[in-house]
Amino acid sequence: MRLLVIGLLAGLFSALFGVGGGIVVVPLLILVAGYTERPAMGTSLAAILLIALVGSVTYALHGEVKPGAAAIVGIPGAIGAVAGAWVQQRLTNRTLSFAFAALLAGLGIWFLV
Amino acid sequence: MWALLAAGALGLVAGMLAGLFGVGGGILFVPTLALVLGLTQLHAEATSLLAILPAAAAGVWRQRSYGNVRWRAALILGVAAIVGVEGGGQIAEALPEHALRRLFGALMLAVAAQVAVRAWRKPAYPS
Repeated sequence: MRLLVIGLLAGLFSALFGVGGGIVVVPLLILVAGYTERPAMGTSLAAILLIALVGSVTYALHGEVKPGAAAIVGIPGAIGAVAGAWVQQRLTNRTLSFAFAALLAGLGIWFLV
Repeated sequence: MWALLAAGALGLVAGMLAGLFGVGGGILFVPTLALVLGLTQLHAEATSLLAILPAAAAGVWRQRSYGNVRWRAALILGVAAIVGVEGGGQIAEALPEHALRRLFGALMLAVAAQVAVRAWRKPAYPS
């Protein structure tokens, strides 16, 4: 039930502000659903995979997707994701929380000004 | 050529954020596609979803082998989020965007503080 609400909120914020759902899902999984950092982040990424799959098929049917441009940023993105996951596995949950809080705070300030 | 290199480098950083924090990386993908590669905002947002796929797939592949993925929860979150996107699109048209952005910014600051305080109170432990 909590997961349903978190997912709904993530979708709402994603549509309203163009932020990916992860920025909403990760803190809510940690603060509301009692996840520790790593499972929260791994599970969030799996949910994003599903969302992006459905979303890109929908947009592709409307002809709004540019596959070449997607490859230019997406393929280096895959390499970065492997590196990011490697780094994540070597940080303590506590360090991850502080780093994620810093990312959130930075975004919050960016949205405020 | 420089634009391609810059776009690739920004894609790499976006992927690192995805693997490190479990966020999609769209925060970086969308501006990169729009400002560096010159796509329109609509095309950039649509294309960013396709660009996230390889990054998320690679990240999930690694996260799964580290034992961090709870599939059932991910499925529930994903399906609920897709429903939420539909509702959000309708709300977005009805409300003033500027006020919404500020509210969201303040909310993010509050959540950031809470995440940090929670990590501060909890004893540091390995693994």
